[in-house]
Amino acid sequence: MNNNVATVLQITDIHKVLGGKEILRGVSMTVDKGELKILIGPSGGGKSTLLQCINFLLPPDQGRIFLDGSEVHFHKKAELYRYRQQVGMIFQDFNLFDHLNALDNVSIALRKVKKIHKAEAGDRAYHELERVGLSDKTDLYPAELSGGQKQRVSIARALAMDPKVILLDEPTSALDPELIGEVLRVIVDLARSGMTMIMATHQIGYVKSLTNEILFMENGRIIEHGPPEKLLSADADTRCRGFCEMLKDLVREP
Amino acid sequence: MDAFTAIIDALPYILKGTAVTAGIVIGAMVLGLIAGIPMAVGQVYGNRPVRFMVGVYVWFFRGVPVLVLLFLVYFGVFGFIEIKLRSGYGIYINFSPFMAACLVMGMVSAAYQSQIFRGAIQALPQGQLKAASALGMSDSMAIRTIILPQALRIAIPAWSNEFSIVLKDSAVAFVLGTTEIMARTHFVASRTYQHLPLYLLAGVLYFILTWMGVKALLKLEHKVRIPGYSN
Ligand SMILES: Nc1ncnc2c1ncn2[C@@H]1O[C@H](COP(=O)(O)OP(=O)(O)O)[C@@H](O)[C@H]1O
Ligand SMILES: [Mg+2]
Repeated sequence: MNNNVATVLQITDIHKVLGGKEILRGVSMTVDKGELKILIGPSGGGKSTLLQCINFLLPPDQGRIFLDGSEVHFHKKAELYRYRQQVGMIFQDFNLFDHLNALDNVSIALRKVKKIHKAEAGDRAYHELERVGLSDKTDLYPAELSGGQKQRVSIARALAMDPKVILLDEPTSALDPELIGEVLRVIVDLARSGMTMIMATHQIGYVKSLTNEILFMENGRIIEHGPPEKLLSADADTRCRGFCEMLKDLVREP
Repeated sequence: MDAFTAIIDALPYILKGTAVTAGIVIGAMVLGLIAGIPMAVGQVYGNRPVRFMVGVYVWFFRGVPVLVLLFLVYFGVFGFIEIKLRSGYGIYINFSPFMAACLVMGMVSAAYQSQIFRGAIQALPQGQLKAASALGMSDSMAIRTIILPQALRIAIPAWSNEFSIVLKDSAVAFVLGTTEIMARTHFVASRTYQHLPLYLLAGVLYFILTWMGVKALLKLEHKVRIPGYSN
Protein backbone atom coordinates (compact mmCIF):
# COMPACT_ATOMS: atom_id res chain seq x y z
CA MET A 1 0.00 0.00 0.00
CA ASN A 2 1.21 3.45 -0.79
CA ASN A 3 -0.41 6.26 1.15
CA ASN A 4 2.02 8.88 -0.07
CA VAL A 5 0.33 11.88 -1.57
CA ALA A 6 2.01 13.07 -4.73
CA THR A 7 4.01 16.26 -4.54
CA VAL A 8 2.77 18.68 -7.18
CA LEU A 9 5.08 21.60 -6.74
CA GLN A 10 8.43 21.86 -5.08
CA ILE A 11 10.50 25.01 -4.87
CA THR A 12 13.92 25.15 -3.32
CA ASP A 13 16.02 28.04 -2.13
CA ILE A 14 14.50 30.83 -4.24
CA HIS A 15 16.41 34.09 -4.17
CA LYS A 16 15.40 37.31 -5.86
CA VAL A 17 16.96 40.76 -5.92
CA LEU A 18 14.83 43.71 -7.03
CA GLY A 19 16.10 47.26 -7.17
CA GLY A 20 19.35 46.28 -5.47
CA LYS A 21 17.54 44.78 -2.49
CA GLU A 22 17.30 41.08 -1.77
CA ILE A 23 13.54 40.59 -1.62
CA LEU A 24 13.56 36.78 -1.39
CA ARG A 25 16.31 35.25 0.67
CA GLY A 26 16.09 31.52 0.20
CA VAL A 27 12.49 30.31 0.14
CA SER A 28 11.62 26.64 -0.11
CA MET A 29 8.34 24.75 0.07
CA THR A 30 6.67 21.59 -1.03
CA VAL A 31 3.04 21.50 -2.06
CA ASP A 32 1.20 18.20 -2.22
CA LYS A 33 -1.76 17.39 -4.38
CA GLY A 34 -5.01 18.79 -3.05
CA GLU A 35 -3.28 20.96 -0.49
CA LEU A 36 -4.06 24.59 0.31
CA LYS A 37 -1.00 26.45 1.54
CA ILE A 38 -1.55 29.79 3.20
CA LEU A 39 1.09 32.48 2.84
CA ILE A 40 0.82 35.20 5.41
CA GLY A 41 2.97 38.00 6.74
CA PRO A 42 3.46 41.73 6.85
CA SER A 43 3.19 43.80 3.72
CA GLY A 44 6.49 44.03 1.87
CA GLY A 45 7.59 40.64 3.17
CA GLY A 46 7.89 39.22 -0.34
CA LYS A 47 4.66 37.22 -0.78
CA SER A 48 3.78 38.70 -4.18
CA THR A 49 7.38 38.45 -5.33
CA LEU A 50 7.47 34.79 -4.32
CA LEU A 51 4.24 33.93 -6.14
CA GLN A 52 5.47 35.71 -9.25
CA CYS A 53 8.78 33.87 -9.06
CA ILE A 54 6.93 30.57 -8.87
CA ASN A 55 5.49 31.07 -12.36
CA PHE A 56 8.52 33.05 -13.55
CA LEU A 57 6.68 36.32 -14.14
CA LEU A 58 9.74 37.39 -12.20
CA PRO A 59 12.59 35.01 -12.98
CA PRO A 60 14.29 33.92 -9.75
CA ASP A 61 18.00 34.72 -9.48
CA GLN A 62 18.66 31.42 -7.84
CA GLY A 63 16.71 28.33 -6.82
CA ARG A 64 14.91 25.50 -8.54
CA ILE A 65 11.28 24.70 -9.20
CA PHE A 66 9.85 21.25 -9.85
CA LEU A 67 6.39 20.44 -11.18
CA ASP A 68 5.31 16.83 -10.75
CA GLY A 69 8.89 15.94 -9.96
CA SER A 70 10.55 17.37 -13.04
CA GLU A 71 12.53 20.56 -12.95
CA VAL A 72 11.26 23.54 -14.88
CA HIS A 73 13.84 25.08 -17.20
CA PHE A 74 12.40 28.53 -17.63
CA HIS A 75 15.04 29.66 -20.11
CA LYS A 76 13.48 27.33 -22.66
CA LYS A 77 10.51 29.32 -23.92
CA ALA A 78 8.35 26.38 -24.98
CA GLU A 79 8.85 24.68 -21.65
CA LEU A 80 8.09 27.90 -19.78
CA TYR A 81 4.83 28.45 -21.68
CA ARG A 82 3.78 24.83 -21.12
CA TYR A 83 4.55 25.17 -17.39
CA ARG A 84 2.57 28.39 -17.05
CA GLN A 85 -0.48 26.73 -18.60
CA GLN A 86 -0.40 24.32 -15.68
CA VAL A 87 0.05 26.97 -12.99
CA GLY A 88 -2.92 29.29 -12.59
CA MET A 89 -2.46 32.79 -11.23
CA ILE A 90 -4.99 35.00 -9.48
CA PHE A 91 -3.96 38.61 -8.99
CA GLN A 92 -4.95 41.04 -6.30
CA ASP A 93 -6.33 43.49 -8.86
CA PHE A 94 -7.88 40.82 -11.13
CA ASN A 95 -6.13 41.81 -14.35
CA LEU A 96 -9.04 40.80 -16.53
CA PHE A 97 -8.55 41.64 -20.19
CA ASP A 98 -10.48 44.87 -20.41
CA HIS A 99 -11.44 44.58 -24.09
CA LEU A 100 -13.04 41.14 -23.75
CA ASN A 101 -16.32 40.13 -22.18
CA ALA A 102 -16.39 37.61 -19.37
CA LEU A 103 -16.79 34.63 -21.68
CA ASP A 104 -13.90 35.68 -23.94
CA ASN A 105 -11.72 36.45 -20.94
CA VAL A 106 -12.08 32.83 -19.95
CA SER A 107 -11.92 31.33 -23.43
CA ILE A 108 -9.16 33.34 -25.07
CA ALA A 109 -6.28 31.29 -23.70
CA LEU A 110 -8.13 28.08 -24.55
CA ARG A 111 -8.36 29.26 -28.14
CA LYS A 112 -4.99 30.96 -28.57
CA VAL A 113 -2.78 28.89 -26.30
CA LYS A 114 -4.45 25.49 -26.26
CA LYS A 115 -5.74 25.90 -29.83
CA ILE A 116 -9.17 24.62 -28.88
CA HIS A 117 -11.92 25.30 -31.40
CA LYS A 118 -13.96 28.43 -30.71
CA ALA A 119 -17.28 26.70 -29.99
CA GLU A 120 -15.73 24.14 -27.69
CA ALA A 121 -13.69 26.80 -25.88
CA GLY A 122 -16.86 28.84 -25.44
CA ASP A 123 -18.66 25.86 -23.92
CA ARG A 124 -15.83 25.24 -21.54
CA ALA A 125 -15.67 28.92 -20.58
CA TYR A 126 -19.40 28.97 -19.93
CA HIS A 127 -19.08 25.92 -17.72
CA GLU A 128 -16.33 27.57 -15.65
CA LEU A 129 -18.31 30.79 -15.31
CA GLU A 130 -21.26 28.72 -14.15
CA ARG A 131 -19.01 27.09 -11.58
CA VAL A 132 -18.17 30.50 -10.06
CA GLY A 133 -21.82 31.58 -10.21
CA LEU A 134 -21.62 33.93 -13.17
CA SER A 135 -23.51 32.10 -15.91
CA ASP A 136 -25.76 35.15 -16.32
CA LYS A 137 -22.84 37.57 -16.75
CA THR A 138 -21.01 36.01 -19.69
CA ASP A 139 -21.66 38.94 -22.05
CA LEU A 140 -20.58 41.66 -19.66
CA TYR A 141 -17.24 43.43 -19.94
CA PRO A 142 -14.90 43.91 -16.97
CA ALA A 143 -15.91 47.56 -16.60
CA GLU A 144 -19.50 46.37 -16.15
CA LEU A 145 -18.70 43.93 -13.34
CA SER A 146 -18.25 44.44 -9.61
CA GLY A 147 -14.89 43.67 -8.03
CA GLY A 148 -16.12 40.39 -6.65
CA GLN A 149 -17.49 39.36 -10.03
CA LYS A 150 -14.24 40.33 -11.71
CA GLN A 151 -12.24 38.20 -9.33
CA ARG A 152 -14.59 35.26 -9.90
CA VAL A 153 -14.15 35.64 -13.67
CA SER A 154 -10.40 35.58 -13.15
CA ILE A 155 -10.75 32.38 -11.12
CA ALA A 156 -12.83 30.86 -13.92
CA ARG A 157 -10.15 31.95 -16.39
CA ALA A 158 -7.51 30.11 -14.38
CA LEU A 159 -9.68 27.02 -13.90
CA ALA A 160 -10.40 26.70 -17.62
CA MET A 161 -6.73 25.88 -18.22
CA ASP A 162 -7.00 22.77 -15.98
CA PRO A 163 -4.11 23.92 -13.82
CA LYS A 164 -2.27 21.55 -11.52
CA VAL A 165 -1.85 24.31 -8.98
CA ILE A 166 -3.28 27.80 -8.57
CA LEU A 167 -1.39 30.71 -7.04
CA LEU A 168 -3.58 33.35 -5.42
CA ASP A 169 -2.06 36.68 -4.47
CA GLU A 170 -4.34 38.31 -1.90
CA PRO A 171 -7.41 37.63 -4.03
CA THR A 172 -9.77 39.58 -1.78
CA SER A 173 -7.72 42.52 -0.56
CA ALA A 174 -8.79 44.87 -3.36
CA LEU A 175 -12.46 44.16 -2.66
CA ASP A 176 -15.07 46.05 -0.72
CA PRO A 177 -15.83 44.15 2.50
CA GLU A 178 -19.28 43.05 1.35
CA LEU A 179 -17.81 41.42 -1.76
CA ILE A 180 -15.13 39.38 -0.01
CA GLY A 181 -17.52 36.61 0.93
CA GLU A 182 -18.58 35.68 -2.59
CA VAL A 183 -14.96 35.27 -3.69
CA LEU A 184 -13.89 33.38 -0.59
CA ARG A 185 -16.82 30.98 -1.02
CA VAL A 186 -15.55 30.09 -4.48
CA ILE A 187 -12.05 29.55 -3.14
CA VAL A 188 -13.34 27.41 -0.28
CA ASP A 189 -15.32 25.31 -2.76
CA LEU A 190 -12.18 24.84 -4.82
CA ALA A 191 -10.20 23.76 -1.79
CA ARG A 192 -12.92 21.28 -0.82
CA SER A 193 -12.98 19.86 -4.34
CA GLY A 194 -9.28 19.09 -4.06
CA MET A 195 -7.65 21.91 -6.02
CA THR A 196 -4.01 22.44 -5.12
CA MET A 197 -3.43 26.08 -4.16
CA ILE A 198 -0.97 28.51 -2.64
CA MET A 199 -2.74 31.59 -1.36
CA ALA A 200 -1.35 34.78 0.09
CA THR A 201 -4.12 36.23 2.22
CA HIS A 202 -5.00 38.09 5.36
CA GLN A 203 -8.48 36.50 5.60
CA ILE A 204 -7.03 33.77 7.74
CA GLY A 205 -10.27 33.06 9.61
CA TYR A 206 -12.14 31.75 6.58
CA VAL A 207 -9.52 29.33 5.37
CA LYS A 208 -7.95 28.18 8.62
CA SER A 209 -10.00 25.02 8.65
CA LEU A 210 -9.02 24.14 5.07
CA THR A 211 -5.27 24.44 5.28
CA ASN A 212 -2.80 22.08 6.85
CA GLU A 213 0.10 24.47 6.67
CA ILE A 214 0.51 28.18 7.17
CA LEU A 215 3.74 29.78 5.99
CA PHE A 216 4.60 33.00 7.76
CA MET A 217 6.78 35.18 5.63
CA GLU A 218 8.82 38.18 6.68
CA ASN A 219 11.80 39.96 5.12
CA GLY A 220 12.02 37.50 2.27
CA ARG A 221 12.08 34.36 4.36
CA ILE A 222 9.57 31.84 5.66
CA ILE A 223 10.29 32.27 9.34
CA GLU A 224 7.54 30.04 10.69
CA HIS A 225 5.48 27.28 9.23
CA GLY A 226 3.14 24.64 10.52
CA PRO A 227 -0.51 23.64 10.89
CA PRO A 228 -2.86 26.44 12.01
CA GLU A 229 -3.60 24.76 15.33
CA LYS A 230 0.10 24.89 16.12
CA LEU A 231 0.85 28.42 14.90
CA LEU A 232 -2.38 30.07 16.00
CA SER A 233 -3.42 28.26 19.18
CA ALA A 234 -4.07 30.48 22.17
CA ASP A 235 -0.84 29.48 23.89
CA ALA A 236 1.36 29.55 20.83
CA ASP A 237 4.22 31.98 21.17
CA THR A 238 4.66 32.67 17.48
CA ARG A 239 5.19 35.76 15.32
CA CYS A 240 2.40 34.42 13.18
CA ARG A 241 -0.10 34.45 16.00
CA GLY A 242 0.93 37.94 17.05
CA PHE A 243 0.46 39.13 13.49
CA CYS A 244 -2.97 37.50 13.16
CA GLU A 245 -4.10 38.94 16.49
CA MET A 246 -3.06 42.37 15.26
CA LEU A 247 -5.05 41.87 12.03
CA LYS A 248 -8.10 40.84 14.02
CA ASP A 249 -7.82 43.96 16.17
CA LEU A 250 -7.56 46.11 13.07
CA VAL A 251 -10.67 44.55 11.59
CA ARG A 252 -12.64 44.89 14.78
CA GLU A 253 -12.06 48.60 14.98
CA PRO A 254 -15.05 50.65 13.83
CA MET B 1 -14.30 87.09 -65.04
CA ASP B 2 -15.78 87.27 -61.56
CA ALA B 3 -14.93 85.14 -58.58
CA PHE B 4 -17.96 82.94 -58.96
CA THR B 5 -17.28 81.91 -62.56
CA ALA B 6 -13.63 81.43 -61.68
CA ILE B 7 -14.61 78.85 -59.10
CA ILE B 8 -17.15 77.14 -61.35
CA ASP B 9 -14.68 76.91 -64.20
CA ALA B 10 -11.86 75.59 -62.06
CA LEU B 11 -13.92 73.28 -59.88
CA PRO B 12 -13.84 70.09 -61.99
CA TYR B 13 -10.10 70.41 -62.50
CA ILE B 14 -9.31 71.13 -58.85
CA LEU B 15 -11.74 68.48 -57.58
CA LYS B 16 -9.71 65.84 -59.41
CA GLY B 17 -6.89 66.90 -57.11
CA THR B 18 -8.85 65.81 -54.05
CA ALA B 19 -8.53 62.20 -55.20
CA VAL B 20 -4.75 62.65 -55.46
CA THR B 21 -4.60 64.35 -52.06
CA ALA B 22 -6.71 61.56 -50.58
CA GLY B 23 -4.38 59.02 -52.21
CA ILE B 24 -1.28 60.61 -50.69
CA VAL B 25 -2.88 60.83 -47.26
CA ILE B 26 -4.29 57.29 -47.24
CA GLY B 27 -1.00 55.92 -48.54
CA ALA B 28 0.97 57.84 -45.93
CA MET B 29 -1.34 56.95 -43.03
CA VAL B 30 -1.37 53.25 -43.95
CA LEU B 31 2.39 53.18 -44.39
CA GLY B 32 2.76 55.00 -41.09
CA LEU B 33 0.45 52.50 -39.41
CA ILE B 34 2.20 49.44 -40.80
CA ALA B 35 5.62 50.77 -39.79
CA GLY B 36 4.54 52.63 -36.65
CA ILE B 37 2.99 49.70 -34.78
CA PRO B 38 6.06 47.42 -34.90
CA MET B 39 8.24 50.40 -34.04
CA ALA B 40 6.11 51.15 -30.98
CA VAL B 41 6.19 47.50 -29.90
CA GLY B 42 9.96 47.47 -30.41
CA GLN B 43 10.40 50.61 -28.39
CA VAL B 44 8.37 49.29 -25.45
CA TYR B 45 9.30 45.62 -25.42
CA GLY B 46 12.43 45.42 -27.57
CA ASN B 47 16.02 45.01 -26.45
CA ARG B 48 18.51 47.86 -26.36
CA PRO B 49 19.61 47.81 -30.03
CA VAL B 50 15.97 47.74 -31.18
CA ARG B 51 15.00 50.60 -28.88
CA PHE B 52 18.04 52.55 -30.02
CA MET B 53 17.26 52.08 -33.71
CA VAL B 54 13.64 53.14 -33.30
CA GLY B 55 14.80 56.12 -31.30
CA VAL B 56 17.19 57.22 -34.04
CA TYR B 57 14.48 56.81 -36.67
CA VAL B 58 12.02 58.89 -34.71
CA TRP B 59 14.52 61.66 -34.02
CA PHE B 60 15.60 61.81 -37.65
CA PHE B 61 12.11 62.12 -39.09
CA ARG B 62 10.95 64.48 -36.40
CA GLY B 63 13.98 66.66 -36.93
CA VAL B 64 14.10 67.11 -40.71
CA PRO B 65 11.52 69.26 -42.55
CA VAL B 66 9.14 67.44 -44.88
CA LEU B 67 10.18 69.74 -47.71
CA VAL B 68 13.82 68.70 -47.37
CA LEU B 69 12.81 65.03 -47.24
CA LEU B 70 10.64 65.37 -50.35
CA PHE B 71 13.55 66.80 -52.37
CA LEU B 72 15.98 64.36 -50.82
CA VAL B 73 13.88 61.33 -51.72
CA TYR B 74 12.51 62.45 -55.08
CA PHE B 75 15.54 64.09 -56.64
CA GLY B 76 18.21 62.49 -54.49
CA VAL B 77 17.31 58.88 -53.76
CA PHE B 78 14.85 58.18 -56.57
CA GLY B 79 16.97 60.05 -59.09
CA PHE B 80 20.04 58.11 -58.03
CA ILE B 81 18.25 54.76 -58.34
CA GLU B 82 16.81 55.67 -61.75
CA ILE B 83 20.22 56.60 -63.13
CA LYS B 84 21.89 53.51 -61.68
CA LEU B 85 19.25 51.20 -63.13
CA ARG B 86 19.44 52.88 -66.50
CA SER B 87 23.21 52.95 -66.85
CA GLY B 88 23.88 49.67 -65.06
CA TYR B 89 21.08 47.39 -66.27
CA GLY B 90 19.36 49.25 -69.07
CA ILE B 91 16.17 49.36 -67.02
CA TYR B 92 14.10 52.48 -67.52
CA ILE B 93 11.79 53.33 -64.66
CA ASN B 94 10.35 56.60 -63.51
CA PHE B 95 9.32 57.11 -59.94
CA SER B 96 6.38 59.49 -59.77
CA PRO B 97 6.19 62.51 -57.48
CA PHE B 98 3.10 60.84 -56.04
CA MET B 99 5.17 57.87 -54.90
CA ALA B 100 7.78 60.15 -53.36
CA ALA B 101 5.07 62.09 -51.51
CA CYS B 102 3.43 58.90 -50.16
CA LEU B 103 6.74 57.45 -49.10
CA VAL B 104 8.07 60.58 -47.40
CA MET B 105 4.83 61.49 -45.66
CA GLY B 106 4.44 57.83 -44.65
CA MET B 107 7.93 57.64 -43.18
CA VAL B 108 7.45 60.88 -41.27
CA SER B 109 4.05 59.76 -40.06
CA ALA B 110 5.50 56.42 -38.97
CA ALA B 111 7.76 58.32 -36.59
CA TYR B 112 4.83 60.21 -35.08
CA GLN B 113 2.45 57.24 -35.14
CA SER B 114 5.03 55.08 -33.36
CA GLN B 115 4.97 57.57 -30.51
CA ILE B 116 1.17 57.59 -30.45
CA PHE B 117 1.10 53.79 -30.17
CA ARG B 118 3.96 53.71 -27.68
CA GLY B 119 2.02 56.04 -25.42
CA ALA B 120 -1.11 53.94 -25.81
CA ILE B 121 0.72 50.71 -24.97
CA GLN B 122 2.35 52.29 -21.95
CA ALA B 123 -1.00 53.61 -20.76
CA LEU B 124 -2.25 50.04 -20.30
CA PRO B 125 -1.93 48.51 -16.84
CA GLN B 126 1.15 46.26 -16.55
CA GLY B 127 -1.09 43.52 -15.23
CA GLN B 128 -2.56 42.93 -18.69
CA LEU B 129 0.68 41.46 -20.03
CA LYS B 130 1.31 39.63 -16.76
CA ALA B 131 -2.08 37.97 -16.84
CA ALA B 132 -1.57 36.93 -20.47
CA SER B 133 1.88 35.52 -19.71
CA ALA B 134 0.51 33.69 -16.69
CA LEU B 135 -1.91 31.86 -19.01
CA GLY B 136 1.00 30.56 -21.09
CA MET B 137 0.93 33.10 -23.88
CA SER B 138 4.19 34.00 -25.57
CA ASP B 139 5.09 37.68 -25.57
CA SER B 140 4.22 38.09 -29.23
CA MET B 141 0.86 36.37 -28.79
CA ALA B 142 0.06 38.49 -25.74
CA ILE B 143 0.98 41.64 -27.62
CA ARG B 144 -1.18 40.67 -30.59
CA THR B 145 -4.24 39.42 -28.73
CA ILE B 146 -4.25 41.46 -25.52
CA ILE B 147 -2.07 44.57 -25.77
CA LEU B 148 -2.60 45.87 -29.30
CA PRO B 149 -6.40 45.49 -29.43
CA GLN B 150 -6.59 47.74 -26.39
CA ALA B 151 -3.77 50.11 -27.34
CA LEU B 152 -5.13 50.69 -30.85
CA ARG B 153 -8.51 51.64 -29.42
CA ILE B 154 -6.93 54.14 -27.07
CA ALA B 155 -4.86 55.55 -29.94
CA ILE B 156 -7.76 56.45 -32.23
CA PRO B 157 -8.21 60.09 -31.09
CA ALA B 158 -4.49 60.84 -31.38
CA TRP B 159 -4.38 58.98 -34.69
CA SER B 160 -7.24 61.12 -35.96
CA ASN B 161 -5.24 64.18 -35.00
CA GLU B 162 -2.22 62.83 -36.88
CA PHE B 163 -4.48 62.25 -39.88
CA SER B 164 -5.55 65.87 -39.95
CA ILE B 165 -1.92 67.00 -39.76
CA VAL B 166 -0.81 64.69 -42.57
CA LEU B 167 -3.74 65.84 -44.71
CA LYS B 168 -2.72 69.46 -44.45
CA ASP B 169 1.00 68.69 -44.76
CA SER B 170 0.23 66.87 -48.00
CA ALA B 171 -0.16 70.28 -49.67
CA VAL B 172 3.62 70.56 -49.57
CA ALA B 173 3.80 67.74 -52.13
CA PHE B 174 2.89 70.28 -54.78
CA VAL B 175 6.55 71.33 -54.93
CA LEU B 176 7.29 68.03 -56.69
CA GLY B 177 4.53 68.63 -59.21
CA THR B 178 2.09 66.12 -57.74
CA THR B 179 -1.31 66.85 -59.20
CA GLU B 180 -3.03 67.28 -55.86
CA ILE B 181 -5.34 70.07 -54.67
CA MET B 182 -2.67 72.67 -53.99
CA ALA B 183 -0.74 72.10 -57.23
CA ARG B 184 -3.88 72.34 -59.33
CA THR B 185 -5.12 75.44 -57.51
CA HIS B 186 -1.76 77.10 -57.93
CA PHE B 187 -1.76 76.23 -61.63
CA VAL B 188 -5.19 77.75 -62.27
CA ALA B 189 -4.70 80.76 -60.02
CA SER B 190 -1.45 81.78 -61.64
CA ARG B 191 -3.13 81.80 -65.05
CA THR B 192 -6.47 83.41 -64.16
CA TYR B 193 -5.15 85.75 -61.44
CA GLN B 194 -8.19 84.76 -59.34
CA HIS B 195 -6.07 84.00 -56.30
CA LEU B 196 -8.56 84.91 -53.61
CA PRO B 197 -11.54 82.73 -54.64
CA LEU B 198 -9.42 79.83 -55.79
CA TYR B 199 -7.24 79.50 -52.69
CA LEU B 200 -10.40 79.90 -50.62
CA LEU B 201 -11.81 77.00 -52.58
CA ALA B 202 -8.68 74.94 -51.86
CA GLY B 203 -8.98 75.78 -48.19
CA VAL B 204 -12.60 74.67 -48.16
CA LEU B 205 -11.72 71.41 -49.87
CA TYR B 206 -9.02 70.65 -47.27
CA PHE B 207 -11.49 71.53 -44.55
CA ILE B 208 -14.13 69.18 -45.96
CA LEU B 209 -11.64 66.33 -46.31
CA THR B 210 -10.44 66.84 -42.75
CA TRP B 211 -13.99 66.97 -41.47
CA MET B 212 -14.97 63.77 -43.28
CA GLY B 213 -11.90 61.88 -42.07
CA VAL B 214 -12.21 63.02 -38.47
CA LYS B 215 -15.94 62.18 -38.46
CA ALA B 216 -15.25 58.72 -39.86
CA LEU B 217 -12.60 58.08 -37.23
CA LEU B 218 -14.93 59.31 -34.51
CA LYS B 219 -17.47 56.81 -35.76
CA LEU B 220 -14.87 54.08 -35.64
CA GLU B 221 -13.93 55.11 -32.12
CA HIS B 222 -17.54 54.74 -31.00
CA LYS B 223 -17.98 51.48 -32.86
CA VAL B 224 -15.04 49.75 -31.17
CA ARG B 225 -15.56 51.29 -27.76
CA ILE B 226 -15.41 48.80 -24.91
CA PRO B 227 -18.75 48.60 -23.08
CA GLY B 228 -18.76 49.96 -19.57
CA TYR B 229 -16.27 52.75 -20.16
CA SER B 230 -17.71 56.20 -19.86
CA ASN B 231 -18.25 58.65 -22.76
N1 LIG C 1 10.09 45.87 -9.08
C1 LIG C 1 10.55 46.11 -7.84
N2 LIG C 1 11.68 46.83 -7.66
C2 LIG C 1 12.16 47.06 -6.44
N3 LIG C 1 11.59 46.62 -5.31
C3 LIG C 1 10.46 45.91 -5.41
C4 LIG C 1 9.88 45.61 -6.68
N4 LIG C 1 8.77 44.88 -6.48
C5 LIG C 1 8.66 44.74 -5.16
N5 LIG C 1 9.67 45.34 -4.51
C6 LIG C 1 9.90 45.39 -3.06
O1 LIG C 1 9.91 44.07 -2.62
C7 LIG C 1 9.40 43.97 -1.30
C8 LIG C 1 8.41 42.82 -1.25
O2 LIG C 1 7.29 43.15 -1.99
P1 LIG C 1 6.08 42.16 -2.20
O3 LIG C 1 6.60 40.88 -2.76
O4 LIG C 1 5.06 42.88 -2.97
O5 LIG C 1 5.61 41.91 -0.71
P2 LIG C 1 4.18 41.47 -0.18
O6 LIG C 1 3.41 40.89 -1.33
O7 LIG C 1 4.48 40.47 0.89
O8 LIG C 1 3.54 42.68 0.37
C9 LIG C 1 8.80 45.31 -0.99
O9 LIG C 1 9.68 45.96 -0.11
C10 LIG C 1 8.76 46.02 -2.32
O10 LIG C 1 8.98 47.38 -2.15
MG1 LIG D 1 1.61 41.52 -2.14
